[in-house]
Amino acid sequence: MTGALPGVAPMAVPPGAYLVVGTLLFAIGLAGTLLKRNALSIFLSIELMMNAVNLLFLTYARMRGDMAGQMIVFFVIAIAAAEASVGLAIFVALFRVRRTVDVDEIALLKW
Amino acid sequence: MNQFWLIPVLPLAGFVVNGLVALLAASGRAEAERGQDQPKARLPYGQRLFHGVVGVGSVGLAAVLSFAALVPYVLESLKSPEGLAPVVQHVYTWMAAGDYTVEVAFRLDALSALMLSFVTFVGTLIHVYSVGYMQDEEGYGRYFAYLNLFMFAMLTLVLADNLPLLFVGWEGVGLCSYLLIGYYYDKDFAVAAGKKAFIANRVGDLGMVLGIFGIFALFGTADFSFVELAKRAALAPGAHISVYAVCLLLFLGACGKSAQVPLYVWLPDAMAGPTPVSALIHAATMVTAGVYLVARCSAVFVLAPDALTLVAWIGAGTAIFAASIGLAQNDIKKVLAYSTVSQLGYMFLACGVGAFSAGMFHVFTHAFFKACLFLGSGSVIMSMHHEQDMTKMGGLSSRIPQTFRTMLAATLAIAGIFPLAGFFSKDAILGATAASGHWALYAVGLFTAGLTAFYMFRLVSMTFFGKARGDAHAHEHAHESPATMTVPLWILAAFSIVAGFLGVPAALGGTDRIGRFLEASVAHPEIGEMSHGVEIGLMLVSLGVAVTGLVWAWRWYGRAEGPPEAVSAQASAFYARTGALGKLVADKWNVDEGIEALVLSPFRKIGTFLWRGFDSLVIDGIANASAFLVELAGDLMRFFTTGHVRNYALAFSLGALVFILYVWVR
Repeated sequence: MTGALPGVAPMAVPPGAYLVVGTLLFAIGLAGTLLKRNALSIFLSIELMMNAVNLLFLTYARMRGDMAGQMIVFFVIAIAAAEASVGLAIFVALFRVRRTVDVDEIALLKW
Repeated sequence: MNQFWLIPVLPLAGFVVNGLVALLAASGRAEAERGQDQPKARLPYGQRLFHGVVGVGSVGLAAVLSFAALVPYVLESLKSPEGLAPVVQHVYTWMAAGDYTVEVAFRLDALSALMLSFVTFVGTLIHVYSVGYMQDEEGYGRYFAYLNLFMFAMLTLVLADNLPLLFVGWEGVGLCSYLLIGYYYDKDFAVAAGKKAFIANRVGDLGMVLGIFGIFALFGTADFSFVELAKRAALAPGAHISVYAVCLLLFLGACGKSAQVPLYVWLPDAMAGPTPVSALIHAATMVTAGVYLVARCSAVFVLAPDALTLVAWIGAGTAIFAASIGLAQNDIKKVLAYSTVSQLGYMFLACGVGAFSAGMFHVFTHAFFKACLFLGSGSVIMSMHHEQDMTKMGGLSSRIPQTFRTMLAATLAIAGIFPLAGFFSKDAILGATAASGHWALYAVGLFTAGLTAFYMFRLVSMTFFGKARGDAHAHEHAHESPATMTVPLWILAAFSIVAGFLGVPAALGGTDRIGRFLEASVAHPEIGEMSHGVEIGLMLVSLGVAVTGLVWAWRWYGRAEGPPEAVSAQASAFYARTGALGKLVADKWNVDEGIEALVLSPFRKIGTFLWRGFDSLVIDGIANASAFLVELAGDLMRFFTTGHVRNYALAFSLGALVFILYVWVR
């Protein structure tokens, strides 16, 4: 943690707190992704991880005074929106055929 | 007339028109006959007329243009003592690489004028003859298309101004030869003969291509201006390649095309094609291309006297070897085929002793009498309902008198009876051989002249004299051929008689016009002088030998009597009188078997070894082993493919963790 950068307003909340929150959010998302069986839950967990990463990006961007981090966040949000629509469409289609969205029930792409 | 390019292009146009129409008509017919098993039948009259007119017309027009071009040239050239400079016409640039270009250029000089004259003349006559001979064949249009294509290639070969363009014609005639030998493509022997011709020619063509490269390396150019350079012995700077090697390579090419030992084996088999094809391609024109090549490059050959000596010996050896086989053949076309090989040997003998113009003279006269003999044999075969075995003929002189008379004239010409064409050209060769001091070669040539007279009169005797043998029914129905066939026969017979007068030697009061005419384009090294007395003496000797051969054949075969069923007596007459040697000769010296044992069989064994030993074990082994390894890897990997998304997510997470740890630790 360096001192206040020139031209950047000092942060009221210390940056370390943002980093801790982002990391925790990411860990929760990862655990949800690995442990949940409902496809929608997994999906939500993935979204959580992405937002955790967004938070980290923003924090680091502010700390370094580098706007590139903020730009990346915009891309992540845009792509997450597109990915969400595709993913949800797949789940709807899958549910119509299989009557379930339990990923352990849907092991189609195996040998 | 100064547009040479039209001369080869006209037959090419004929080929395209005939070929397309024949293809369309054949596909239409196949459509109509679908599902029916119809026997092969002659084409309707309209189609035959069309193909005949296009085929004969395109070649005939080319002949007219040729003579319009060459007659003024020849007359002009005979007037001037030095001969005219060649007329060269550039059509377009075929290849350009750096400062080297290959032009499509046509050249008229003494040598190409001579070739052009008989190629177009005999070619036209044989096209006319084919109209009658092929009338019952289903592939009439295809036949004329191929024949036209052949004329295109041959005229390109003759008129080409550089070796690459000559090679185009050279390969073109080879292709047409292959196509026409295999004309009866539903007969196995014809297909095999076509392949044999093609493959034997490839061996020669290898030498030809390397020879062309060699010429380029020697002189820095492959157009025929290298002849002038060679005359001045002006080799390109830094030419390290041996003149001998180049000559031998070119001669190898000539051996393939002109059927010399050891590459002659394809020509007798080539008789599987229709008889007019044998006459045009395998007697009168294409097979003389090798002699033409050697004469064209004569100035180079003169630089390598040892190579020339080899040419002479190969030629003489081929002449006597092929003539000996011809003694005992019973197939009328096979006799003529071996005779052609033998006569080509004479031509190379002439080139080898330095008498290139004598060789070309023999090319010229041979075209007439050999074409006449082949066309006559075709007429005989047709009258006997496609019987080629002479032991089943006999007594045909009264049945087909026109064929008999024309063939007799051509036989006397090839036997070298004074004053027919063969006498002058053959004695020009024998005289030059004697004058060069190669008496062993002279003896071989002289003996071969006797053999020639023998086998040719044996052919005439077995075919036309004595009593009818074989199928009595066939003999009763033997009939003279139509006018489209007899008229060409008469014209060729007339030229067989008079063509020799172009080259009456000085010893007989002539001026050897053809020799002086050719001096402008072929080398004429000093080969020694003989007094006119000696020359006339040698002529009498060879005439005596020829007459002896004729009489001998007459005594053995001329009066062969016998009932129709006594066929075998004729066949065995030869063996009875000649014993074991005769058997060997009748078996063609077992050359085909020898090639099989010495060349083909080892190669087949090598091939089998490479197949079983190398291909099956090593190549297939490597391929199969790598496939096995991939399969094994796949078998292991597939256990990780559970299909459960959460497994993949876990693996992905662990992978990411490992990566992070790696970056961290590093």
